[in-house]
Amino acid sequence: MSELLREAGLIARKDLLIEWRSRVAVNQIAPLGMLVLVVFAFALDANQSLLDRASAGLFWVAVLFAGIITVQRAFTLESEHGIRDALRLSGIRPAAMFLGKLAAISIQLFVLEVVLLFGVVAMYDATVEEPLLAVVTAGTGTLAFSAVGCIYGAVSLGLRARETLLPLLLIPVVAPVLLAGTRALERALGVSTQAGWNWVGLLVVVSAIYTAIGLAVFGPLLEDG
Amino acid sequence: MQQAERKDSMTGSLATTTLGWASGASLIVVLVTGLITSPKDANQGEAVRLLYVHVPMIWIAYGSFIITAVYSGLFVAKAASRPDLGRHLDRVAGSAAEIGVVFTGLTLVSGALWGRITWGVYWQWDARLTTTVLMFVTYLGYLALRKLPADPYVRSRRAAIVALIATVNLPIVHYSVDWWRTLHQGASITVGNKPEYTNDILIALLFAVVAFTLVALWLGIHRYRVIRLEEIREEEGIEMAIAARRAEAEVGS
Repeated sequence: MSELLREAGLIARKDLLIEWRSRVAVNQIAPLGMLVLVVFAFALDANQSLLDRASAGLFWVAVLFAGIITVQRAFTLESEHGIRDALRLSGIRPAAMFLGKLAAISIQLFVLEVVLLFGVVAMYDATVEEPLLAVVTAGTGTLAFSAVGCIYGAVSLGLRARETLLPLLLIPVVAPVLLAGTRALERALGVSTQAGWNWVGLLVVVSAIYTAIGLAVFGPLLEDG
Repeated sequence: MQQAERKDSMTGSLATTTLGWASGASLIVVLVTGLITSPKDANQGEAVRLLYVHVPMIWIAYGSFIITAVYSGLFVAKAASRPDLGRHLDRVAGSAAEIGVVFTGLTLVSGALWGRITWGVYWQWDARLTTTVLMFVTYLGYLALRKLPADPYVRSRRAAIVALIATVNLPIVHYSVDWWRTLHQGASITVGNKPEYTNDILIALLFAVVAFTLVALWLGIHRYRVIRLEEIREEEGIEMAIAARRAEAEVGS
């Protein structure tokens, strides 16, 4: 088990190092997320009360857009220069690769969500009334999104038209994550009085299910092609 | 010789032709029982007639997606050691998913029409409706994956994994009316409970289920054969291209 986690750590470190050096997440994906928040404000005619009520949903839609690009990028890196074959030859277990990718994507998205949350507070005049609930919602939602993203990223790996295929496969599956994340964040932002922690529970269940599926299928998916 | 070639390039056979005629005849029976002999419902009025289309459609869609899941699971387990069996399993999974997608689409359309009459709107953001749309889009993604240009084995295996994951949708859609408060009515016919409808309506519904099952079976068999013919054409195309290149090389040497 500790060996598996060590291997996963190597993969996560590699991916995060590539991201850190290329600065794509900082220079392109984070600004894109903020841009989505701005565009929503235009679309809703900068109606402050409407933006405040919709802020949790708009936050997760911005995460969805940025997340799809992050997942796409994480798997495009593997398909270039025969890196996938090199990884397979390295003897690192597929389960460790899955966990490593999951960790790297989750960390990037979580940092992005912190930035977006500041954006929501600043631009939509939202107030974080339950900070712990907001942070745990972002964490569990990110994990659930990333687990699904890793599976479908591997499904579309190396295929032509993967850029269009990935969102088509991913969005219907992450829809419950967006719903639960939105409901829990609405509570954290004081927009609704629903039981936010119940929705966090759903996010934990979805994360666990898709992590288990990912651990089981990542090997067969990487063997192909 | 010509007759044999013609037979190989067609998807019909005596059995499927008979099945096709039986499907057509049973649809006529459904028209009679659904529109003429069955009465109006006490609560839903004439709108109950949409039930004879709507309910069989979603049952067939569920059945088709279950077939896709079972054959996808068998593909993952068996295809590596038995390639020919794998191709058969893949074709069944693909053709069943196509039938499932078509029937889910028709379920949504018939449901929207029923909703307009009964609820006054075509669409409601209700748990049953929303989960059905998500299931529909999930399987559209599966079909899109099957159409991508890639090594057939790789594509089939990835599609099989996607189909297995997509199966999670089925219980969510079916039990959504029990798990959440929805506008959509709960199951009208359940094992061990007295049905909500009169016998005339239930008989018409039974005819409809049989008729649409025959139609789905007929379409599914033809889709299987079309997929097989497409594979043969693809292989023959590659062989012809190789032969043409060899002939060119011989002429050149």
